[in-house]
Amino acid sequence: MDSTSRATSITQLGDPGSEEAIVSKSLFQRAMHRLLRDRLTMIAAVILLILSMLALFGPQITQYVLRIDPNTTDALNRMQGIGSPGHILGTDDLGRDQLARLLHAGRVSLGIGFFGAIISISVGLTLGVITGFFGGIIDDIMNWVITTLDSIPSLYLLIMIAAIFRPTAESLIFVIALISWTGVTRLIRGQTLQIRNLDYVLSARALGASVWRIMFVHIAPNLISITVIVLMRSIGGLMLAEAGLSFLGFGVQIPQATWGNMLTDAQEYVRAGGIHLILPPGFCIWITVLCLYVIGDGVRDAFDPTSNK
Amino acid sequence: MYKYVLRRVIQAIPIFFGITLLSYALMANTPGGPVAALAFGANLKPSEVEALKIQLGVNDPWPIQYLRWLVGDDWLRWDTDGDKLADRSVLIGITGPNGEPLPPGDRRGILRGDFGISFVRSRAVLPIILERLPASIELGVSSLVVGASIGILVGVIAAVYHDRWFDHITRVLAVVFDAVPIFFLAILLLLIFGAQLQILPLGDRCRVTMDPSCPPIFQRLEYLILPTFVLATGGISAYSRFMRASMLEVVSQDYMRTARAKGLNSRTVWLRHGARNALIPIATFLGPAIAGIWGGAVITETIFNWPGVGRTVVAAVTSRDYPIVMAATVFAGISTILGYLLSDILYGIIDPRIRFD
Repeated sequence: MDSTSRATSITQLGDPGSEEAIVSKSLFQRAMHRLLRDRLTMIAAVILLILSMLALFGPQITQYVLRIDPNTTDALNRMQGIGSPGHILGTDDLGRDQLARLLHAGRVSLGIGFFGAIISISVGLTLGVITGFFGGIIDDIMNWVITTLDSIPSLYLLIMIAAIFRPTAESLIFVIALISWTGVTRLIRGQTLQIRNLDYVLSARALGASVWRIMFVHIAPNLISITVIVLMRSIGGLMLAEAGLSFLGFGVQIPQATWGNMLTDAQEYVRAGGIHLILPPGFCIWITVLCLYVIGDGVRDAFDPTSNK
Repeated sequence: MYKYVLRRVIQAIPIFFGITLLSYALMANTPGGPVAALAFGANLKPSEVEALKIQLGVNDPWPIQYLRWLVGDDWLRWDTDGDKLADRSVLIGITGPNGEPLPPGDRRGILRGDFGISFVRSRAVLPIILERLPASIELGVSSLVVGASIGILVGVIAAVYHDRWFDHITRVLAVVFDAVPIFFLAILLLLIFGAQLQILPLGDRCRVTMDPSCPPIFQRLEYLILPTFVLATGGISAYSRFMRASMLEVVSQDYMRTARAKGLNSRTVWLRHGARNALIPIATFLGPAIAGIWGGAVITETIFNWPGVGRTVVAAVTSRDYPIVMAATVFAGISTILGYLLSDILYGIIDPRIRFD
């Protein structure tokens, strides 16, 4: 706690009437302030924004700027290197343009990570608050389900489900969300348990607030910061899961490119000298996930009332 | 103490049934089910498909099917007079749809080690898994050991030199390696050490010869280096971060100040009083770490051509050889449960603040 904020809290304690005189900030405002001064997080946010924009407008960019279709094969221009005429990042083993495929792939990879995380966090938030608040048999059953799911390696579950149902890029979002809601639920449940026993919840109850009002008006807002942190980490984690699944050939099916399945043939390229096919998609995943994790850590530090930054 | 262990073991039992239930449910919901998988391309007559259905019991209600898979059907329908035809049964029918007598049940169920017959290899599943288990254990255990020892060491040093360059660099590296897709890391390392520098092999468990078995592990360590490192990266970054946090928390404790005030040298303070106490919460890591290793091994074994369970699962899923996938899932689940159990018990033993009552 720096000296000004200590002074603030002392005056507040000493003279409750002078609150208007002090520029008081909410937890959220202070966190935003800290976040904007956190250079590393801001750099990560800018990189992520650029990558997201490229991914979001990938189809338009390839159509109007590059004028190349990502799935058109060209037997005469196979395995062209970086900087070859008409193909900025070269072409792959079937003569498809690498840059166009990267842009299209990014849209799918980021989209799956983002929407998968949204779903898993919505599920986790709802179930976590309910189980943490009510406890008892609901909690026991949910605990059993979660521990069971966590005991099976998530990649096993994913490849089993993916192999059975042969998901499209859209339905893969639900499959991927399936593996990460357990962690979110566990976390939110723990937080809810803590908050439930605080005095202000007791006083709300004493005032006759309904159970749902306590859950969603008094408890849920306190979970916003943790939800943002988890969201960033989930998007990253799910992107990694999708990439791994697609790399093994069980995720999004070709010809639809994702950053993961663009690397599927990479082992042959190691020997055939196609480094320009390996590095770009790999680094795209790596950098995107890294940015998400850095932002997650930054948000966590910004919301941490004990941090000095 | 015994009560505590016993209670934890009893708590693990429903988890085991949860795992078997889930993998069975997934299997039973495959398009067409196991019969379609078995009969696919096998040129069976419709009557033979019917017979197969009865033998597999796919027309029974699913709780019975699950029971049959779990504990076998040799006690559900059996033969008392030795004519190879069933004459007694419980829960399931004794005759086929046209009233013809059926052979007695011959499945023993997974609880007695009968994981069925592989659809593709036409061999019992259990030996197939057991053959590949040593390679997986070799890779998994070495990754766990490497991950935990490097991670803990880095975490302790980072905490001792808190806010100095070592701390900053390792914290950055921990996030960087946490975010790397391990298959990409594997390919990069293969590219650098295998293809460019040519100092490490490009995969496999040992030199490929006519003899499928491998020499003792210390004669082929170079084959183990890259896959172990790749599989351990997640562990290293997680362990180092948690160890660092745990150390920093311990440092602020009163007994650390007391130890310093007594005039103990700083090595004793950091290691005997600090690190030993900071290690306690790390014990809870074993369960999740084992689950992580199983999952990571699927990718690592595939890339490095490592003949373990993970690579077998990928091949089995591709060829829709579900009995192998189910068996591997049950194995992975059991070892994860054991990991959770062990870490809870360890935690109870090494932390004297936990009371067993």
